[in-house]
Amino acid sequence: MKEIPALVRVFAYLSLLTVGGGMAAFPEMKILTVEVHHWLTFPQLVHLYSVGQMAPGPNMMMIVAIGEWAAGILGAIVVVIAFFGPTSLLTLLVGRLWNRLEKWPWRKSIQEGLAPVSIGLLLAGCFTFARGAVTGLDTATIAVGTLLILLKYKINPALLVLAAAIIGALSF
Amino acid sequence: MSEATTTPAVQMPVVASATTPPSVLQIFVEFLLIGATSFGGGVVAYLRNSLVTKRAWLDDKSFVELLAISQSLPGLNSTNMSILVGDRLRGISGALAGILGMCLPGGLLMLGVGLVYHQHGDHALATAMLKGVAAAAVGLILSTAVQLGKKSLEHAADGVFVVVTILGVNRLRLSVLTVLVAVGLVATLWYRPRKAQDGGANP
Repeated sequence: MKEIPALVRVFAYLSLLTVGGGMAAFPEMKILTVEVHHWLTFPQLVHLYSVGQMAPGPNMMMIVAIGEWAAGILGAIVVVIAFFGPTSLLTLLVGRLWNRLEKWPWRKSIQEGLAPVSIGLLLAGCFTFARGAVTGLDTATIAVGTLLILLKYKINPALLVLAAAIIGALSF
Repeated sequence: MSEATTTPAVQMPVVASATTPPSVLQIFVEFLLIGATSFGGGVVAYLRNSLVTKRAWLDDKSFVELLAISQSLPGLNSTNMSILVGDRLRGISGALAGILGMCLPGGLLMLGVGLVYHQHGDHALATAMLKGVAAAAVGLILSTAVQLGKKSLEHAADGVFVVVTILGVNRLRLSVLTVLVAVGLVATLWYRPRKAQDGGANP
């Protein structure tokens, strides 16, 4: 219960960092949830995020599990509201003003400027994540294999992640 | 709900198509279906298939326009789109119905996963499977970065901004917010609006 205010602060802050996708916030999520608040360990965060990639819907719903671990069902609900509330409100407002913004010359500049930054943040998040996920030759092979298959073939990524789980189980 | 379903269609001229705008309940159910079936990410494709192709609640032009708004703001594409589409169709209650439907199935599933993982996550078999899953997730994220890069990186300067962003977060250990604001500001100024006849000012 005493973790609720911290959950609200952390996830509302993280929500504003998700430019170009949830992964952009991952390095900060690691610092805040693992190192500052100790709601879970880094391997647990990596595991939850990965399993979340198999779930349908928004690919950051793993935050629900963090909220539940920290403060029960209420924590889970609070985390979802904190994480999606601020950006949803902003989107609602901008969506309604968009017709006016469309003629604003800086809009295109911001869009062009944020495109490389969001890809940089995605990669930075990926590298932080990979430090917990790619630990040896076996996991590196799975990562590179998944990348190459996805770039070459149109296949549902959830199936590949599932296949990797089976490979992991077999190698056990 | 009943109030929303009895509202005459004439009062909602925002919708591009000629069909009757859906009720709040219909919006919720449709997004719930998408939220429950969009396995493997790429929710945008599921949204387009459902909202434009199947239901014709939006035309393609509006869909692309809303997607452009979603992508230029913080927040996930899937939830930002739920807000924008819901708001277009039925105002704020439509937006709430959209995002609630979108998040509910995955949220409940991850709640269950979290509970199970908390109790059994340290079993050797679970650890072995999760090791594979996490490695595959790295490949998945990288493939997203490659595909996005191909689509949206056009200028040589973009490469510099990408590298500086990565170094700022991973090497200098600056907060994501600092890097986002600093590099975002410089990059936006770099692409500042110019008049066509500006001449030599372009770097």
